[in-house]
Amino acid sequence: MKDTLQIADKTFTSRLFTGTGKFSNTSLMRDSILASESELVTVALKRVDIDNESDDMLVHLKENHINLLPNTSGVRTAKEAVFAAQLAREALKTNWVKLEIHPDPKYLLPDPIETLKAAEELVKLGFVVMPYIHADPVLCKRLEEVGVQCVMPLGAPIGSNKGLKTNDFLEIIIEQSNVPVIVDAGIGAPSHAAFAMELGADAVLVNTAIAVSQNPIAMGKAFKMAVEAGRMAYNAKLAPVKKHAEASSPLTSFLS
Amino acid sequence: MQNTFRNTFDKYDWDTLEHDIYGFSEADVKSVLAKDKITLDDFKVLISPAATPFLEQMAQRSHELTKKRFGNTIQMYIPMYLSNECQNICTYCGFSMTNKIPRKTLSDAEILKEVAHIKSLGYDHILLVTGEANRTVGVSYLKHAIALIRKHFSNISIEVQPLDQEEYETLITEGLYAVLVYQETYHEATYKIHHPKGKKSNFNYRLDTPDRLGKAGIHKIGLGALFGLEDWRVDSFYTALHLKYLQKTYWKTKYSISFPRLRPHQGEVQPKVEMTDKDLVQLICAYRLLDEDVELSMSTRESETFRNHIIKLGITSISAESKTNPGGYAVEPQSLEQFEISDERSTDAIKDMIQSQGYEVVWKDWDRSYVNSNLE
Repeated sequence: MKDTLQIADKTFTSRLFTGTGKFSNTSLMRDSILASESELVTVALKRVDIDNESDDMLVHLKENHINLLPNTSGVRTAKEAVFAAQLAREALKTNWVKLEIHPDPKYLLPDPIETLKAAEELVKLGFVVMPYIHADPVLCKRLEEVGVQCVMPLGAPIGSNKGLKTNDFLEIIIEQSNVPVIVDAGIGAPSHAAFAMELGADAVLVNTAIAVSQNPIAMGKAFKMAVEAGRMAYNAKLAPVKKHAEASSPLTSFLS
Repeated sequence: MQNTFRNTFDKYDWDTLEHDIYGFSEADVKSVLAKDKITLDDFKVLISPAATPFLEQMAQRSHELTKKRFGNTIQMYIPMYLSNECQNICTYCGFSMTNKIPRKTLSDAEILKEVAHIKSLGYDHILLVTGEANRTVGVSYLKHAIALIRKHFSNISIEVQPLDQEEYETLITEGLYAVLVYQETYHEATYKIHHPKGKKSNFNYRLDTPDRLGKAGIHKIGLGALFGLEDWRVDSFYTALHLKYLQKTYWKTKYSISFPRLRPHQGEVQPKVEMTDKDLVQLICAYRLLDEDVELSMSTRESETFRNHIIKLGITSISAESKTNPGGYAVEPQSLEQFEISDERSTDAIKDMIQSQGYEVVWKDWDRSYVNSNLE
């Protein structure tokens, strides 16, 4: 059986999702994304000219296997996010949306209260909602209850490349979740991506680490391999690392 | 179709599980014991015969995990039987409809008399128990009983017939904290043999009861299988599967597991499959290794020696001096019991036994204002 990932009506062979920001030019962006074999690519609504069909970025992403995932980056409230999602649905002909609401312009940390509100409304409007959130297990369950199709907890502040600083909480989220868990933000190296997959994440989203590398095409490929290796290791079940010592005073001798 | 445990349950097959559980090797057990996180698949290995030689190691780890999560404490509770009227036939139960015993349902005055006695022993958490007689001991009786006693207890649980979601919601509003509902056995055919008549003969309705409780927003659900009806290892795997499903679905609810072993009683059926003391210790430890947070409960069905030693092995709550007949504490101490208890020591004696092992005895670990904040 093929180890695919199902989100809403789509089946993904690749568990690496990528982004379109921060590349030095659009053809390099396209070549890196192709090298990564990613099938889901986020596009900031604020970056595309939705009235222009020959928008440079969109033209470069016209590949059959690439699905566009508009994100709401730039909005600060639930109300703005819902509006942005509706615009994106019109413009990009997709009801998928990566919901990101970060009122804080410095670290771009997501607002959990506005995100939950917007998610609930967007689900009712028929969107496939992929919310970007802090690695907060309770928030993930609350989002699941309003009907989001996956959760996207962060590993570290976006663009920081610090790796999985939230790993203890990611483990709890993965253990409890009934929807796919996609680790988003903070993944700075293929080893971080592999680690996320070994923990049991269903996919990872990587943008900055590929886009700002010296060689984005090679880095796109490196991430692809890391995600595959991590997933394979997860399925194969990691060998134990820790031995538990046996204590001296017996607790079960009364049985003999 | 609504998603309930039945969908998960249907993905497993009893015989395949049994075959798996009895097929593990020593190497399988070693590799599981070396892990930090125990999965349901690992649990299968830990309850297998192959794990028996590793009991001491499992016990040590269970002891440490329980201490880490619950500290050096043991919660005390006591059951109060409200009625032995029952329209079910359960082959193993003293209250079974066809048993010719005097039937009794406590009146308000009798309930309060029992409560006064129970309070004098020190209890603050109570478990109300009945048979299944929906006309006389239905939701309205239970609702009334909870309202009657709620000012005397911080924490009220019930072990009664399965109810509908709205009925549970009514009782929760009245002050109900937890519901214990044991599947008895997850072997559908065996279940039918032991529950041939009455509402309880509906396997599916019972199986999906914890789902209805979860939807009603109950604080705690108690699960278990009655050991003796079927192979305890397979039944325990299903119980653990049920637990994990519920935790993931009704994540605001807490869970507890009980380990009733079939005891001699006034019915015809005696245990089909024996579960030894050693087996029971293995199971308790396996549960703890699977789940650090689940409450594990021990009743007076077990012997003195066993209960003395089990305190340190993963158990978090224990009953004492239980009477399994309605009115058994103060109203009619001589009436017929549902089953014979084994550890007959007094509450004080149990308290001393627990304290002598370095544990604090906890009487109150809840406040009634949390469940019925809008009531007096």
